[in-house]
Amino acid sequence: MSVLVRVPSLLRPPLGGRAEVRAEGATVGEVLRDAAAAHPGFGPAVFEVNGSLRRFLNVFLGDEDVRYLQGLDTPVPDEAVLVILPAAAGGSGAGPGAVGATGAIGASVPGEGATA
Amino acid sequence: MEMPAEIRRAMVAHASFCLPDEACGLLAADSSGRLCMAYCLSNATPSPTAFTLDPGEHFRALRHAESRGWHLAGVFHSHPRGAACPSPTDVAQALEPDWLYVVVGLESPSAPELRAFWIRGEGVEEEALAEAAGAIAGVWQ
Repeated sequence: MSVLVRVPSLLRPPLGGRAEVRAEGATVGEVLRDAAAAHPGFGPAVFEVNGSLRRFLNVFLGDEDVRYLQGLDTPVPDEAVLVILPAAAGGSGAGPGAVGATGAIGASVPGEGATA
Repeated sequence: MEMPAEIRRAMVAHASFCLPDEACGLLAADSSGRLCMAYCLSNATPSPTAFTLDPGEHFRALRHAESRGWHLAGVFHSHPRGAACPSPTDVAQALEPDWLYVVVGLESPSAPELRAFWIRGEGVEEEALAEAAGAIAGVWQ
């Protein structure tokens, strides 16, 4: 099966900056491993050492998150599109310590304090 | 960068609606880089001190943006009891170097603060925001 793999910015460096690549395989795992074989650096960015999908990545086949299908064993049809998305996460944390409070970021912007 | 007033209002309203937990969402921009949509999404790990964008809603927002010729250009979240500055957790978990990271600080609930940053590796750089008009804003709950 020939599959189009679309990747977010953080995964583009090992693909020479490309936003998508073609790869072959009968399952999600095979497709991603084929892409990893063709593009050094892509594999470690996508897979944990044990071969599972890195937990900060979400892979969609069609409109479905493959974690809710068969994960890396999910079959892929020919000409399918896999979309890899980064997990967007963060938060204020348990206590004080915002980066800005340490002065590690640029100066505040005049007039940006109040909002409608 | 210009921040349309409707988008600013949508982010602040979503932050208030989600209290006491952190709110989160995505921003879309058009091909010229102009911010044109705010997607107010679900926090998949609801907490006053953490957020994780719901992956399914993230994907739907991507589909919606691309169907209009836009692209996802940023993420926003709130600090319900803190300042509008990225926390060490925010910096450590910021994965997309091309995204604008917007923080809504509700330390003073009557005067919400909103600031935007580029986060690349451990480097954090503030993006000056100027108010603009004429955008489409969406609230997606």
